[in-house]
Amino acid sequence: MTPLPERGDRAVTPLLEITDLTVRFGPVRAVDGVSLRLAGGPFGLGLVGESGSGKSTIGRAVLRLVPTAGGHIRFEGKDVAALRGPALAGYRRAAQIVFQDPDNSLDPRIRVGASVAEPLIAHRIVARQLAAGRACELLAEVGLGPEFAGRYPHQLSGGQRQRVAIARALGVQPRLLVLDEPTSALDVKAQARILALIARLRADRNLAYLLITHNLGIVSELCEQTAVLYLGRVVESGATSELLSAPAHPYTRALRSAVPEIDVAARSARVVLPGEPPDATSPPPGCVFHPRCPLAVDRCATEVPALRTVRPARLVACHRAEEVLAEESTGAGQALGPSRPAGRPGWPPRVSRRPGPAPAGSGDAPRR
Amino acid sequence: MRLRITGLQVRFGERRVVDLAELAIAEAEIVGLAGESGSGKSMTTLAVLGLAHTVGARVDGSVRLDGAELTGLSQREMREVRGRRIAAIFQSPALAFSPVFRVGSVVHRALRLHGMTRTEAAAAAQRAMRQVLLPPALLDRYPSQLSGGQLQRVAIALALALRAEVLLADEPTSALDVTVQAEVLELLRDLRDREGMSVLFISHDLAVVAELCDRVAIMQDGRIVEQGPTSRVVTAPASSYTAELLAAVPRLGAGGGR
Repeated sequence: MTPLPERGDRAVTPLLEITDLTVRFGPVRAVDGVSLRLAGGPFGLGLVGESGSGKSTIGRAVLRLVPTAGGHIRFEGKDVAALRGPALAGYRRAAQIVFQDPDNSLDPRIRVGASVAEPLIAHRIVARQLAAGRACELLAEVGLGPEFAGRYPHQLSGGQRQRVAIARALGVQPRLLVLDEPTSALDVKAQARILALIARLRADRNLAYLLITHNLGIVSELCEQTAVLYLGRVVESGATSELLSAPAHPYTRALRSAVPEIDVAARSARVVLPGEPPDATSPPPGCVFHPRCPLAVDRCATEVPALRTVRPARLVACHRAEEVLAEESTGAGQALGPSRPAGRPGWPPRVSRRPGPAPAGSGDAPRR
Repeated sequence: MRLRITGLQVRFGERRVVDLAELAIAEAEIVGLAGESGSGKSMTTLAVLGLAHTVGARVDGSVRLDGAELTGLSQREMREVRGRRIAAIFQSPALAFSPVFRVGSVVHRALRLHGMTRTEAAAAAQRAMRQVLLPPALLDRYPSQLSGGQLQRVAIALALALRAEVLLADEPTSALDVTVQAEVLELLRDLRDREGMSVLFISHDLAVVAELCDRVAIMQDGRIVEQGPTSRVVTAPASSYTAELLAAVPRLGAGGGR
C-alpha cells in the first residue's frame, strides 16, 4: 500500500484506494495482489515498470474497463465494482483516462470540436447548443486555438492530438485522471509540452492522477509517489525523489540505472539484467524477480518476499532490501557481495561502467 | 571517412525536406543525428539507402562510401550496397519481418540474396545470433513469439551476418522498454568496438544520443544547425535550438517529485 504523505485530513480518506487487486487474463495473472492509495489532488502517483508489468491493466481496472478477479477498488470510500445507475455515471465523470495513442482514442471521422463536445452532451454537462462553445474553451485550456475545432485528427500532430484527448477527458470535470503512457508516442519536445500541460492542469484543476509510464524521468517531474511494478506485483513504493535517489529493490535500481542521462556525472553503474521478464503464465516460485536478480540468494527462490516497510513511507518486497539501502546510502554502488552460489545462471551480473561521450576535440579522430 | 554525405538535398516537388551540407562518419564511429519529428532525419536515412524515390522524393548531392559515389548507381548496383555494406534498422523491428515467416527464414533469404550458399547462410545466421547474445534457436520462432528487444537484435544480427560496414539505426530503441533500450545501446557500442562498425544513430532523444554517440549533428527543418563532439554539444550547445532540445529531456530528480 502506498503510504500517504502527511497532508492533514486528506490522509484519512484517500481519493482512490486499491486493495489486493488481482486481474486475470486466462491463465495469466496480469495484476497479482496490488494495493495502492492515491490522495486527493493535486497529487500524482506514478506506476512504472516494463511491458507486461501490469501497469496499464491496473489503470484500466480502475476505470472498470477490465473485469477484476479479486480485491477492491474504492473511490472516495465507495467500492467501484458495486456502483450502478446514476452512481456509476457519476463515477464515469469523476474518473477519466487518457491513452497512449490518440490515433486510437479519437475517431478519425469526427472533427476535433465534436469529439470534445461528445462527452459534455452524453453526461449532460452543458446543453447541446452550448457544447460547441464549451469544447472551444476546453481546447483553449490545453493550448489549442478555436480553429482546431473544425479539423480532423489526421490534420493534427501527435502532440496536438494528445492535447485533444486531454481536453476531452477534462470536459466532465474529473477528480481522477488515469494517464496511460500519455507521451510515449511523442517526440521529446512534444513530450515536454504535454508534461508542462499536465503540471499546469493539476494545479489549476486540483487533479489527482495515476501516471503510467516506463520513463522514470517523467514520474520524477510529475509524481509525488511512485510504485514500481514487476510481473503484476508492486516491488517497491514510496516518495518518488527518495525512491529514485536510494532505491531499496534491486529491480528499481536496475531500472534507474538504465535511464539514459545527459549529464555524465549523473550516470550510475549500469546493472544489466540477464534474460527477459519471465513468462507470466508460469511465474517463478519465490520472488518473481529472483531469476534475473543480481543479489538473489537461495531463500529468494523459495520464499515470496512480503511487501514491508523498510524505512518511513517506503515499502519494498525484497529479502535483502536493508542491505541494498545501506549500500545506496554509503554509495558503495555494486559492492554488495556475491552471496549467490557459484554456477547459478545469470551470476555474476553483467555490470558495466558506461563510457561518457568522447572528450571534446577528439571526436573527429577515427578510432581503430 | 567511411561514409560522407555532402550537399544532400531531398525534395518533394518544390518542397525541400533535407538540405544537408556535410555529415561524415569515420570507421568505428557512432554519429548521432538528432531532431524533432519532421526535421528530415528519416528522409536522410532513406536517401542514403537509395530508397527516397520509393516515397516520391528527388535526391541531389553526394553520398560516398569509402570514397565511392553511391548517388549515381543503378537500382541493381544499389541493391548490392544496401544490406550488404549499408544496413538499416528501424523503430519497429516487427515491420522488418513478416508475421507469417519464421524470423530465421527472413534472415536466410536475405543472406542467400546476397550470394551465400544455403550452408553458409545457416552458419552465418547462427554466428550472428550469438554475436547479439541471442540463442540461435530463436531463429525458428515467428516474430510474434519474440519480444521487441529480441526482434531488434535479430535485425542487428542480419546486418552483422552480411558484414555491413555502416549501420543506419533510425530510432531503433524508441519503442523499447528502458532496460531493453539499455541492452541495445550496449550492443551497438560493442559492435563498434569489436567489429569496427560505423553507426549513424537517429533519435529525437538527446539523452540516448549523449550516452551512445561520439559526435552528434542536430537537425532542424532539414538542415544541420550544429554538429560536434557529443560532450561539447550537450554541455555547451552553440545553437539555441540544441538548448531547447536539451531542456525538453525529462531528468531524474528534476522536479524532486514535486
